[in-house]
Amino acid sequence: MTPLQTCLLVSALLFAVGFAGAVTRRHAILVLIGIELMLNAANLNLIAFWRFGPNPEALTGFIFVLFSMALAGAEAAVGLALVIAIYRHKKTSNLDEVKELKG
Amino acid sequence: MFDKLDQIFVNALHWLASFLPEAWRPLVSALICIAVILVVFPTLFALVTVLERKGLGRIQNRYGPNRVGIPFTKIRLAGFGQFIPDGMKMLTKEDIVPRAADKAVHFLAPVVLLIPILLAYSVLPFGRNMSIADYDAGLLFFLAVGGAVEISVFMAGWSSRNKYSLLGAMRAIAQMVSYEIPLILSAVTVVMIVGSLNLNEIVRHQDQFTFGIAHWHVFTPWGFVGFALFFIAALAESNRTPFDLPEAESEIIAGYFTEYSGFKFALFFLGEYLGMFAISGLGITLFLGGWTAPFSFLTWIPSWIWFFAKLLVIIFVFIWIRGTLPRLRMDQLMNFAWKFMLPLALVNILVAGVWHFMGAGALRWLVCSAIIFGAYAVLGRGLMHNQKLGKRIYKFAE
Amino acid sequence: MSPFFIITAVVTLLGAVFAMSLRNLVHCALAMAVAFSGVAALYLQLDAQFVGFAEILVYVGAIAILIVFAILLTRSGETPVKSVLTSGWWAGIAVTAMVFTTLGWAILNSSATPKEIPAAPVATVKNLGDALMTKFVLPLEIVALVLTLAMIGAVLIALKEDKSENSGRKP
Repeated sequence: MTPLQTCLLVSALLFAVGFAGAVTRRHAILVLIGIELMLNAANLNLIAFWRFGPNPEALTGFIFVLFSMALAGAEAAVGLALVIAIYRHKKTSNLDEVKELKG
Repeated sequence: MFDKLDQIFVNALHWLASFLPEAWRPLVSALICIAVILVVFPTLFALVTVLERKGLGRIQNRYGPNRVGIPFTKIRLAGFGQFIPDGMKMLTKEDIVPRAADKAVHFLAPVVLLIPILLAYSVLPFGRNMSIADYDAGLLFFLAVGGAVEISVFMAGWSSRNKYSLLGAMRAIAQMVSYEIPLILSAVTVVMIVGSLNLNEIVRHQDQFTFGIAHWHVFTPWGFVGFALFFIAALAESNRTPFDLPEAESEIIAGYFTEYSGFKFALFFLGEYLGMFAISGLGITLFLGGWTAPFSFLTWIPSWIWFFAKLLVIIFVFIWIRGTLPRLRMDQLMNFAWKFMLPLALVNILVAGVWHFMGAGALRWLVCSAIIFGAYAVLGRGLMHNQKLGKRIYKFAE
Repeated sequence: MSPFFIITAVVTLLGAVFAMSLRNLVHCALAMAVAFSGVAALYLQLDAQFVGFAEILVYVGAIAILIVFAILLTRSGETPVKSVLTSGWWAGIAVTAMVFTTLGWAILNSSATPKEIPAAPVATVKNLGDALMTKFVLPLEIVALVLTLAMIGAVLIALKEDKSENSGRKP
């Protein structure tokens, strides 16, 4: 297995773990943690392809990852603000209970 | 001869490593450097605790500790051996963990505090050719591991299951996060002018002399303001007075390390002072010329002596400020960071840009100083706007 | 790959698994911080220094703290007593297994993965700055705009509304 395939498998495994958590846990914040892990897995994938790919001097993958991190931070901030707002309104952060638009 | 003295540690390291085969040399020289840092800086910490107690005592018109010499001998050191019994006391105290505390997190918090701070020492240049890791993005590494300290503060405060600890931890994290931004923005001005994030390059940029005075960044308008902002933000990052609300005894017992005793408390204490030294070291590297001499006729003094002399001066100023200034309230702290320091740091970046693009000469000094002074006056007025200082009104008592 | 890489990868994956499976939310957040540090160490081994340091600064230093603050503001700090898994969690596990199988098969059998390893690229900060200011200046400005909007939006969404709570109450 080439080093590239090792990195990609690690990233796929990390993605699967994040996905499993995001889909199976009840608490809204844990879903956000799962989303952050998935974003990290995607960034790892990009860096692995930048490093072992054909044209690393162009720095395209590198800069893609920098922008991805900035946007992940923005998305985490807005997502957590939403969770806090929902908690304030419904007094719960349990995703099984927050399933009606009424109220 | 003085050149040899300047490079004495580098040559000693090469000589020690030359006993081993080629393949082992990088690892062993790194280990030797790590061991030296682990010896030098905790020793400096021990000395600084004594200096602080004596210094604070003198400022408060009393003697500090003045009796302890080296225990079990007859050597009298007028109080400078105080750190030996202090260390022994901390090591032998009983380690009390509250019953409801989260044991794993409570145990790991001091460890998680020390590791990033010790990592931060690896990029500081202590002398000519004397930094352990010469990263291309060394400044970013330092700032990144400085930000990782906040996790440890949270772990300590939350795992103690004590409302005072949690409150102290939340206050400390809010303060650290707020003051990180002026810290980073004032470092950005240095990066703009030097053109590199490499700390050795930043020091080399200050190693030139005009009329016998060195090109330290603090001698320029943007550098002066940058250093002032950096220094205040460094005080806040290391939770020193006047920003020690999260850990002051009269406020919140001891904040996030209320429930720690014995060796874990010693580790927190050590971590806090080592953090103070590290960030002072970064301030010296960025603004005060690192290991360079201030005047060209003093360049014969070895570079590492200059670095540690500047470090001691800054530590003395930290202690001086601790003994002199009162504490800021939480809302005053946050107002100061967001409404004064952040706009002033942004104006400083503008001024650094103006400085770079105007040619060398007296005009740029005038223009940059004028912009900074105008911004400082406007922001200062804005901050004082809501303060109505007048006769005291009692709302409920008569 | 070198044993160091394997150890770092194992630590990262363990951190991720603990982050998704522990009952206490704060422990999950701390395990997530460990996973992020592991990913930063992986970046450093792939010669992506700037991204590794930025990962520690952004993820461990800011996003982990943000998640911890949100956990405390939604009063979820205690260990829950009821089940922590949502209803229909087995479907989620099945879909995850299918996703991982597809990804693994694609990685191992794809022809897009080249066989020879190029030399370690030199991603100096100077080259990064040049690229950001010449080729990627439009995404840079757009990301700045997006971050400002996200910050304003997050503050607005999480702001406490005093008026709606006090309306209709007698003075």
